[in-house]
Amino acid sequence: MTALFAFIRVKGYNRGVRDLIADALKGHDADYIEIHFEESQATNIAYRGERLEEISRARNSGGNIRALVQGSWGFVSFNRLDGLRDKVALALEEARLAGRESLKLFPTEPVVDTVIPQLEQDATAIPLATKKELLDSYNNIMLSSPKIQSSRINYRDARRQSIFANSEGSYIEQAKTDLNLRLTAIAREDNEVQQAGLSLGSNGEFSAVEGLHEQAGEIARRAAALLSAPQVKGGEYTVILNPVLAGVFAHEAFGHLSESDFVYQNENLQQVMVLGKKFGGKHLNIIDDPTIPNLRGSYKYDDEGTPTRKTYLIREGILEGRLHSRETAAKMGEKATGNARAINYLFPPIVRMSNTFIEPDSASFEEMLGDIEEGVYVKDWYGGTTSLEMFTFSAGEAYMIRRGRLAELLRPVVLTGNVFTTLQNIDAIGNDLEMNQGGGCGKGGQSPLPVSNGSPHIRIRHCVVGGR
Amino acid sequence: MEVLRSAQKVAEQAEVFLVSSRAVPIQFEANELKQVQTKESSSTALRIFREGRIGFATASGGGGLEALVDMAVETSQFGSPANFQFPSSQDYSEVCIVDPEVEEIAMERMVEIGKELIARIRGHTPDILCDVQVTKGTSSTFLINSQGGEGRYDRSFFGLSLEGILVRDTDMLFVGDSASSCRFSDNIDDLADRVMWQLEMAKKKAAVSTKLLPIIFTPYGVASALLSPLVLAFNGKAVLEGASPLKDKLGEQVFDKKLSLWDDATIAYGVGSHPFDDEGVHSQRLPLVTNGVVTNFLYDLQTAALAGTQSTGNGKRVGGGFPGPAISSLILSGGDVSFQAMVEDMKEGLIVEQVMGAEQGNLLGGDFGGNVLLGYKVENGEIVGRVKDTMIAGNVYQVLKELLGIGQEARWVGGILQTPPLYCSRVSVVTKGS
Repeated sequence: MTALFAFIRVKGYNRGVRDLIADALKGHDADYIEIHFEESQATNIAYRGERLEEISRARNSGGNIRALVQGSWGFVSFNRLDGLRDKVALALEEARLAGRESLKLFPTEPVVDTVIPQLEQDATAIPLATKKELLDSYNNIMLSSPKIQSSRINYRDARRQSIFANSEGSYIEQAKTDLNLRLTAIAREDNEVQQAGLSLGSNGEFSAVEGLHEQAGEIARRAAALLSAPQVKGGEYTVILNPVLAGVFAHEAFGHLSESDFVYQNENLQQVMVLGKKFGGKHLNIIDDPTIPNLRGSYKYDDEGTPTRKTYLIREGILEGRLHSRETAAKMGEKATGNARAINYLFPPIVRMSNTFIEPDSASFEEMLGDIEEGVYVKDWYGGTTSLEMFTFSAGEAYMIRRGRLAELLRPVVLTGNVFTTLQNIDAIGNDLEMNQGGGCGKGGQSPLPVSNGSPHIRIRHCVVGGR
Repeated sequence: MEVLRSAQKVAEQAEVFLVSSRAVPIQFEANELKQVQTKESSSTALRIFREGRIGFATASGGGGLEALVDMAVETSQFGSPANFQFPSSQDYSEVCIVDPEVEEIAMERMVEIGKELIARIRGHTPDILCDVQVTKGTSSTFLINSQGGEGRYDRSFFGLSLEGILVRDTDMLFVGDSASSCRFSDNIDDLADRVMWQLEMAKKKAAVSTKLLPIIFTPYGVASALLSPLVLAFNGKAVLEGASPLKDKLGEQVFDKKLSLWDDATIAYGVGSHPFDDEGVHSQRLPLVTNGVVTNFLYDLQTAALAGTQSTGNGKRVGGGFPGPAISSLILSGGDVSFQAMVEDMKEGLIVEQVMGAEQGNLLGGDFGGNVLLGYKVENGEIVGRVKDTMIAGNVYQVLKELLGIGQEARWVGGILQTPPLYCSRVSVVTKGS
């Protein structure tokens, strides 16, 4: 076993690794070859009720090679670094199996760079004892609340150091940290079980998970209140989405449609998603931006070495851009956006979102409530998923709106609709943008990828709300 | 094994679990071969009891092995109390999970199978775009612990999956299915026939209004909508903490009398089969529901010890992580009604194949629901077309308490569930514009 990873230090260029890579890439008959090396470590802490269910640490190292020959890819992932040239040869052999029409990737300038995150309080360096003490305190608050039967806490922090190099001369060393916490309170009465939760995260800054004692109590009270809350009567309503849920909507309902790998080989879908088409009112702007500092979906170079940039997906209601890898950009005659990402070395990069959000407009929450005779106010989320055209997402918290005022708490609701009509039906966008850093995104078996999403409050007319 | 020896120096008990695997997925995108991959990985997990507490660490690749013992010791300071013993030496019964042919199949042959499948589907619907994955894999698992327990097995895997998308203006139709086994098969007929049936049924669109309707869940629909809340409730952990609605229902009639459900890790060539689980406990066939009566829950070593019972051989490590109770292969017993007879029995209702967002509701409480991604309307005993903009919502404990029928045509879905179609009464259906 080659102990090469002991040499990876993201502090400058490592001669040994660079030479090894240069040697492996030399003299192959391929259109393009890239190599990733990666070393990561993670800490997981999980509670189930009062029991600390898991506390574990993990170290992971490996790499992959991706090769392009005649428009087709070969990919080899590995744990051991011996025989690197043979692995390159295998990737080439795989790629040659297909032989499609030749493909030029979108040209990017070769980059040599090192990126190290600057954190005030790096979660991965905080002692286990401190983490456990903090989580204990949240758990105790939830469990000592009335009617709370159990709880769930899932904490994870991770640090990933990677080296990217390609046959065009790029060599990039990057380190990235990530932090994720989910708190759930489970209430029970007779045969009725209800839950409420909170999900958040950060770029590895530990302060994001500190000081949540009040919220922990609030979750527990809400879970208990849900036991006696009524179910919404299913049907079409005017709904107001809070910033967290509207952010999920931006990500699920529209963001995935903007990922060009769904579109670039599908002519019918290209007509649906033709740039310049009107998708919503003048007030609607949707953006994906990995360059915003210090969010979970922030990074300087994607996993193809492309420098990142801000992309307007929708500007003033008009479809303006989409997210690309070098391949999809070249195929569609557009520019690479730096959105090719892989969850780890076991997977090739695919087109993913970063920080996706709806830009704020001018409406206040009160103005939105103002003229709703009967509607639903939906907050937070259990999750969301999409099949491009149709989306479904579920709210962890919901209230009836009657005559312009918030009324009774409802059981969790599920919202669904057609993306295109729903975007047109957004008739008010608030002035209170918030970014949500909880959860993670899954696509093509790669989950959870750190992303963030956000929005101000938004109001949607004629939205289908599911219930019994 | 070196790791075990050094762990034993600092711990009362220790267990090492090692998996190495090699998989070759071949991916077609939009009807064309897109990417061929070879994925090699190996991981080592160490679990120790130190000063009466559990420590756990994993490592993969070259970097982590020497740090494994230190990391496990570090976590053991905060770990939960060690309340069980690692199983000592035992004879594991053999389970058939290796097909030597899998390793021999050339990548070229796999490419051929993918092409054949796509050609067959396009023969039915020329403008469909298919993503197909043909995957073969092999893995070796090795477990050893300080109490003398030791086991080893190899496994092979072969899988075929297809997702098709048909776009007309802004109308999108998704069809698809998959098949997997430890055994190689180049038979694409069953998979192709099912997908072509979906395309045929979805040719026309049908309107449905908001009301309570009977629903036939196809095997794919059972897996998509009903499986998750059920599996969650049988998890020994949910039972132990009192969060499972089934916690005090052992021996009670909770489901329809026609319904029997069991977990079976001994099925020949099942992708969830093995001679022992990820903690070295021997595999078995475990009845969960017998004629509607709840008979067992799923346990790993630790949860079983806390609950005062025995592990059921369901200790699984998802992604090489910390063991917890999980299913191997679930089997829902077949019934006596043909699918055709169920359809003919319906005056008005739905057939549900796939639900999107089904895992978002209050699963623990048994709720299921979401957008019907693929489903058909039945009127007067005939399938009249595909429904859109439609949501269903229900609760498994209400829906499975009294079934209108259980189908004869049981089949495997995704390699982990064998189920017939289920004919349920009165499920909430919500649709736009009504």
